[in-house]
Amino acid sequence: MRLTVNGQSHDVEFDVRTSLLDLLRETIGLTGTKKGCDHGQCGACTILVNGRRINSCLTLAAMHEGDEITTIEGLGSPDGLSPMQEAFFEHDGYQCGFCTPGQIVSATAMLEEAGKGWPSHVSASLEGEMRLTPEEISERMSGNLCRCSAYPNINDAIAEVAGGKS
Amino acid sequence: MSEYKMDQPVGASPLDRGVQGIIGEPLNRVEGRRKVAGDVPYAADHKVEGKLAVGVAICSTIGFGRVKGFDTSKAEAMPGVLAAIVDDPRIPRETAGFSDEKLVTGNDRVDSYGQSLGVVVAETFEQARAAANAVKVEYDPGEGRFDAGAGRGGARPLGDEGMVPDTTVGDIDAAMASAPHTLDRTYETPSHAHAAMEPHAAIAVWEGDSLTVYTSIQITSGAKKKLVNTLGLGSDKARIVSPYIGGGFGGKGGLGTECVLAAIAAKRIGRPVKLVITRQQLFHLVYRRSDTVQRMRLACDADGRLTAFGQDSIVSQNDGRPFYEPVPLGSLALYAGANRSFTTKAYTLNIPHCGSVRAPGEAVGILGVECAMDEMAEQLGMDPVEFRKLNEPEKDLTRNRPFSERQLVQCMEEGARRFGWERRNAKPLQEREGEWWIGRGMAAAIRVNMLTNAQARLRIEPGGKVVVETDMTDIGTGSYTILSQIAGEILGMPIESVEVRLGDSLFPAAFGSGGSMGAASSGSAVALAAEDAVAELAARMGTSVKDLTLKDGHAIAGNRRVPVGDLVAQKTIETTGTIKPGAMAKQYDQAAYGAHFVEVAVSGVTGETRIRKVTSVFAAGRILNAKTARSQAIGGIIWGIGEALTEEAVTDPRYGNFANNDLAEYHVPVHADIPHLDVTFLPELDDKTNPLKIKGIGELGIAGIGAAVNNAIYNATGVRVYEFPITLDKVLAGLPAEAA
Repeated sequence: MRLTVNGQSHDVEFDVRTSLLDLLRETIGLTGTKKGCDHGQCGACTILVNGRRINSCLTLAAMHEGDEITTIEGLGSPDGLSPMQEAFFEHDGYQCGFCTPGQIVSATAMLEEAGKGWPSHVSASLEGEMRLTPEEISERMSGNLCRCSAYPNINDAIAEVAGGKS
Repeated sequence: MSEYKMDQPVGASPLDRGVQGIIGEPLNRVEGRRKVAGDVPYAADHKVEGKLAVGVAICSTIGFGRVKGFDTSKAEAMPGVLAAIVDDPRIPRETAGFSDEKLVTGNDRVDSYGQSLGVVVAETFEQARAAANAVKVEYDPGEGRFDAGAGRGGARPLGDEGMVPDTTVGDIDAAMASAPHTLDRTYETPSHAHAAMEPHAAIAVWEGDSLTVYTSIQITSGAKKKLVNTLGLGSDKARIVSPYIGGGFGGKGGLGTECVLAAIAAKRIGRPVKLVITRQQLFHLVYRRSDTVQRMRLACDADGRLTAFGQDSIVSQNDGRPFYEPVPLGSLALYAGANRSFTTKAYTLNIPHCGSVRAPGEAVGILGVECAMDEMAEQLGMDPVEFRKLNEPEKDLTRNRPFSERQLVQCMEEGARRFGWERRNAKPLQEREGEWWIGRGMAAAIRVNMLTNAQARLRIEPGGKVVVETDMTDIGTGSYTILSQIAGEILGMPIESVEVRLGDSLFPAAFGSGGSMGAASSGSAVALAAEDAVAELAARMGTSVKDLTLKDGHAIAGNRRVPVGDLVAQKTIETTGTIKPGAMAKQYDQAAYGAHFVEVAVSGVTGETRIRKVTSVFAAGRILNAKTARSQAIGGIIWGIGEALTEEAVTDPRYGNFANNDLAEYHVPVHADIPHLDVTFLPELDDKTNPLKIKGIGELGIAGIGAAVNNAIYNATGVRVYEFPITLDKVLAGLPAEAA
């Protein structure tokens, strides 16, 4: 099967039971994406599939023929961080760093969603321009757990990037 | 080699003399760019030589009894399976706490639900998982004691078995009988899970009879000792590598089951093996924090001065495990009162055993203390801050010794000012916004301060690069960064010129991360090694240490300014520093302090609590890095909010399992639960603690915050909850009908 990961095409063979997460980590060797629970409960495995954020542990690799996958490694590198990665670095939006790739990928996609006007549970209105208040950011990021509990710093990091965008 | 024992106050600290100006600064983490790029290897990420096989643990599906036999034939016949191992006597029945010499082993019996019974190893994870499920285990179930409520009546006194020996001063019963104001209340806290984001994992690689395990362990030297003892290896035949740890919180303190299972499997099949414990398995394979029952007894005279202060507790533990939650650890010296009682009893539960979870003692003990103090203040008609200030003791009245540095009152005063405490109504049910009742509460925070043996090696290599090596770990606390700052400050090096290497049992032993003593212990060792290097640099400059200035990679003496790289061009400088605890730990009561102020909104309709505002002020000695220190503090505070409102590992009394053994059902706080947090550290230097004059801060934030939340909920609604967590059903049950 062929799929594209971070712009690079991969031809891969795998057990049909393999999750997309395990394919990325064990077969392709991209270990930046983390397995925290394997049940879609923690968000550490968040990646982009065709631009949208998903929990890669909750989807089988076999369902992604031809898909464009972006992982944390595709957003930036230590020598060339993306704006979201740079903001997490500056605001100390992590401690142990294990959930961090998932937080950053999730936050990157979340800004796109808000930019398209998608409402959330805490949005006052279902329509119109979406303003990313701290409450909106927290609500939209609540699928990504952080046991070190860097939440306030993550919120600040995302707000800075969101502010720069608007 | 420089060795220092903490037998007297340190006087001038090497950090006091440094002029580089990086100590205390809010520097970004030195490994941070790699972390945000997903580039650092955690336990399951290491790339090793050889064809890696994958192991999956076989775990018990009963809670107590004997194992009659295994049938592995079906599993062994499955595709890709390399071995199904149930016949090794070294298969562990536990993940070790801090105090064991080796793991309890032998899979002929079941001590608790979910314990490991063996390991299946296959070419892929999918194959190993399916085969592990196909292993049949025949049990002879016994009568396990699974019900917390039923067991407490038979609890036995611990006397001096626990970390905090039973202590009484005066006669608390007589004081309670004669005082005009008394309070006798019982608070309960449930079993508590670490739930670190990174599951425990190990990759075991054998080269001949030498074993290397890549894993996540907070204390590598202790774990290595247990690993060789458990496996029956020579002491030099194992190495533990643990450079990056995805959260520990005490749960990765000891040797994990996964290390032993992976090592056994790798030896059996002659290939490296990776084994990751699943999230569901983790809740049973890793120790828990004990449930606690705390009887709080307070008595005051007519003016509100405490005459009695008691915290008598009941905790649980499984058979044959020596650790007991030290509930009164932080309570012993917190307040005044001539008559005191701190005792602990324990009863047996045949569920996963108890061990260290972030802030053993204070994380639960201060909940009881600070809820009781709030209730007594109300009974007296006093402001909770004023009541605490009135009962500020002049010394540790339990052990009759002075405090080192203690700024509890200053923390409360500064916190009250920053928070706007004067806006609080003394009476509940006064402030309403729609369906929401608004309330404010406060509590004190305390965490004992400790120091332990640690060693570090430091080299200044040709070119001037500084390399620090110690088996200290970084569990997200910022060890890499603060140790770089310490070495850089003393040696006058920019932080980019310092490389700190951690988490390898081949490095000098430094205890590791635990008990909030990692920074003090390993940091002091690094400072001592750096001081020796300064002496050598002075000698090479032909001057004295006193007349030498080190800044920006240069040595300056008299009218000469020489690059440090030039001074080591011919010969590397290598030094070792060793710190040992001493008399100061006994002579002075040492602790970090703080005060939390919380505003909540509680729904009059559902009983749901929302945290709206938190102000916390701490005093914890010198702060090495203002940014990472704040992160540790907010992490602790949020842990405490989870403890207060949602976290409870629920045992099924029929089977002895945790019914909510995953992250969907065990509720840790999420983004939406947490507002912005206002955190301040007061200036402080404590020369009785260690050569850095610091105190541990990793566990301080969690202490007391849950009580501040509970007190705020009472202030909002008039409902006091005595059983944590304060879930909405418990609040709703006490709300008057007109509150809706």
